[in-house]
Amino acid sequence: MPFQERNAWAYGLIAVAGYAVYLALVLPRLGGPISEVGYQLPLLACVGGAVLAGILAGIVLGALVPKGVPREDVRDRQIGRFGERLGSGTVILGAVVALLLALFAADPFWIANAIYLGFVLSAVVSAAARIVAYRRGIPG
Amino acid sequence: MTGRTRVANRLRALRFARGEMTQAELAARVGVTRQTVIAIEQGRYSPSLEMAFEIAAALGVPLEEAFQYEPPSDS
Repeated sequence: MPFQERNAWAYGLIAVAGYAVYLALVLPRLGGPISEVGYQLPLLACVGGAVLAGILAGIVLGALVPKGVPREDVRDRQIGRFGERLGSGTVILGAVVALLLALFAADPFWIANAIYLGFVLSAVVSAAARIVAYRRGIPG
Repeated sequence: MTGRTRVANRLRALRFARGEMTQAELAARVGVTRQTVIAIEQGRYSPSLEMAFEIAAALGVPLEEAFQYEPPSDS
């Protein structure tokens, strides 16, 4: 499996794992008024943890590539751009939902969670698109 | 989602004709990863024109001997 495909797997799995931890921390706190749910610290911790885990995974996976072997080439960059293009659509969708929630004066809890879910879905869509492109080719 | 590209190739046969050149050796000569050579050989990736020329040069053959275009059928 090429280095960049391993990276795509790690990127998607870390995003899902981070969100799973976040839900495990926040869901038990639901039940009372939504404005009093302490979601801020878990959200920041999970986003920060996922970013750090992603950087560490990149370093570890990069170290596994034998010396003298290129880590990426023009095909990897094309696949990367393809994944980013699909993933960015999900970020925009999350931002639009957050915008609508703000316009309708929703609690910041919902706005922050819409944006975070957009990030997570973007990472999953981007990673899945890259993995499929590596295995079956770049569409179009 | 995607299938084979319309660019067919004879890279595998040409590699063996050039002293059983490995995919890794060809990749190193062209400056790409071995996975890219595999993807091209299997028809999962169409190289750019520049890369196709470089591959043909590395194999010591004209471009049209290494790559062929398969136009879509009208049916």
